[in-house]
Amino acid sequence: MADVPLPKEKWTGSIGELELGNSQDKGGSRRSVRLGGNRGMPFLSFEDGERRMIAMAGLVADSLDEVPQPVRDAFGDDAKDPVRWARTWAARGADLICLHLTSTNPEEGDASPESAADTVMAVLKAVDLPLIVYGSGHEEKDSKVLEKVGERARGERLLLGHAEESAYKSVAAAAMANGHAVIGFSNLDINLAKQIVILLTDFGLGKGDIVIDPLMAALGMGLEYSYSVNERIRISALSGDNMLRVPMICDCTSAWKAREATDDVPHAGDTLERGVWWEATTALAALLSGADILVLGHPEAMELARMAVSDLGGEN
Amino acid sequence: MATAIEIFKHLPKKNCGECKYPTCLAFAMQLANNKAKLDDCPHMSEAGRNALASSSAPPIRLVRIGTGRNTVDMGDETELYRHDKRFFHPTAFALRVSDDLSIEELEKKVDHARSLHFERVGQVLKLDIVEVECRSGDGVKYVQTLEHVSKLVDWPLVLRCRDPVIMSAAANRMRERRPLLHGADPDNIKEMVATSKSSGCPLVLCSDDLGKLTDMVEVARKEGVEDLVLDPMPGNMKDMLERCTVIRRSAIRKTFRGLGYPIYLGMPVGKNGMLMALTAVMKYGSLLSFEEMPSSQALPLLVLRQNIYTDPQVPIQVKPYLYPVNNPGPDAPILFTTNFSLTYFTVLSDIEKSKVPVWLQVVDTEGLSVLTAYSAGKLTADSVRNALEASGANGRSNRGMLVIPGMVARMSVKLNESTGLQIVVGPKESSALPKFLRSMN
Ligand code: SF4
Repeated sequence: MADVPLPKEKWTGSIGELELGNSQDKGGSRRSVRLGGNRGMPFLSFEDGERRMIAMAGLVADSLDEVPQPVRDAFGDDAKDPVRWARTWAARGADLICLHLTSTNPEEGDASPESAADTVMAVLKAVDLPLIVYGSGHEEKDSKVLEKVGERARGERLLLGHAEESAYKSVAAAAMANGHAVIGFSNLDINLAKQIVILLTDFGLGKGDIVIDPLMAALGMGLEYSYSVNERIRISALSGDNMLRVPMICDCTSAWKAREATDDVPHAGDTLERGVWWEATTALAALLSGADILVLGHPEAMELARMAVSDLGGEN
Repeated sequence: MATAIEIFKHLPKKNCGECKYPTCLAFAMQLANNKAKLDDCPHMSEAGRNALASSSAPPIRLVRIGTGRNTVDMGDETELYRHDKRFFHPTAFALRVSDDLSIEELEKKVDHARSLHFERVGQVLKLDIVEVECRSGDGVKYVQTLEHVSKLVDWPLVLRCRDPVIMSAAANRMRERRPLLHGADPDNIKEMVATSKSSGCPLVLCSDDLGKLTDMVEVARKEGVEDLVLDPMPGNMKDMLERCTVIRRSAIRKTFRGLGYPIYLGMPVGKNGMLMALTAVMKYGSLLSFEEMPSSQALPLLVLRQNIYTDPQVPIQVKPYLYPVNNPGPDAPILFTTNFSLTYFTVLSDIEKSKVPVWLQVVDTEGLSVLTAYSAGKLTADSVRNALEASGANGRSNRGMLVIPGMVARMSVKLNESTGLQIVVGPKESSALPKFLRSMN
């Protein structure tokens, strides 16, 4: 029989490791999740013997203003309370909670940093999963909110979102002072992804404290750009680019913003089912192009993503 | 094309100059640069000619099924990653029917396949192929079913049948439509190759072992059958990803001829099957065969294929048009953006989020984003005015106001002169639109 040699790529680099969540002996109160460490393109066991760990984060927000309706509906009344919402995710097998403190938005509820930090502490108390915490996307306010949250949750090793080129110092400082990790966001560009890691490490963060978010565009809304930017980032990291050797987070919840995901389209089936597949398809593109953390909104989309990871021989 | 040195190995080495080049090596260099034709050397041996023809063949063979306007091309890919250039021939989707279905069931399934037809950013998204499986074990019945399906739909066909006798009859009956024959396994390969040869129809080789597949390719090629497709028969998603990757990498990175063919994959039923299919679209599947295609999963699958097979150099463009967002009336303002799909979708979703009624004018910038288009001279006061005139925007909105992207604030004066509208400079980032629009109201 013909011999088919395995065409392995000769990678020289690997993805760095990172831990989220601290257990008691490390000053926290939860389980920890370890990410990264891979030395090949996603899910190719002939190239990378390491099992691939994927962490699935469930979206929780402390205000429903920006939460897509079908996602809200999936949690019913639980969505009115971030603590119950997070508990539901934990029961449904999420690895992480991704908490958006939308209520602090100065143009909406304008909740105080203290009350936002109270919410974070309540969620930390209710579930033993590591937390990703975002503000409301309002630069000035976020710096105050994340500073307060960082302090109060000291030792829990949160992942704080997010730092970007135009605004990274306050969130980086909040993380460094309290032992948290930071998401470095960039807008669909490998060079900008590298740039934010350089800025954060120059500021003093270790590479083991950084996760990059190159912006996951949803299916039908530029997915192909993200897919290729992610692949290029991953290939550069494996080829030895030190600055890109950090785990990657892909937020797939923007899938619900695509009209085609949930509009009535003749012959395109049930809108909720289609929406779930829209998010799951976005997640799958993220997984195959290099994501280590997925943020998902709908629990059924998370089930599909988890099914995919396990069918691909990964762990979550 | 091979390098000059590789070509040189196969030349007669007479240095006679009859090719109009002083030496065989000089001729080889011209060949390598496509500046000479092999026929210019009168002394080529048959063996040398064949060797050169195959070394200049593409790493993955192009296989075409169907005829006339209804063809599907598979293979002829040159990249592992789409960002290196592009993926060329979109994964084809086949829906499977079988000869044990009643006429009504058959027609219903074909109708369903045809109903999955969508238009999206100027392209038609649809399934491509009907696969007809022989389950009855009855050759007459199978051929009748094939003929019936042929009347129902003019798409290319896949004939799925492992019985070489039935396949031979069916292939010769259907040969004018150039169906794909699925397929040969190590037990029936001789007969299947003979059928492929006599009917001229491309053949799928099936084995879950890539070494055996390579052997089967060799058997087929010895008989002169070159239009081959490989079915690596993965039992699960992991096997599929790995086998497809090995096939694609071997063909492209190692020019391994034994695996340089398009890939056929049969999808299991259910959610796992759809996850496999989505993976195969991204990772090297050429033809996916489905036993069922739930409507709610079809559109995500089709859009994923459209996204992945987009030429990274040529962005998807949105039709220049005046799009109503949030039910605008005559007092709603006009906003403009470019026809680069990503820009458009982002702006659209941010306007929707604001819930403020707006007329969104898309300006043709050849698919460039706002700032790039402006720098390249593709977004000018004139092009904006022309777009507004073409879409009759001023008849729809009487607010007399045009909101422009903050990135091109410097266009304000010229735009005011050319359109006569009051120019309001919007935010630089689309994400600030909801707040901006609400404050404007
Ligand atoms: S004609 Fe053929 S043999 Fe003669 S020099 Fe040219 S390549 Fe060589």
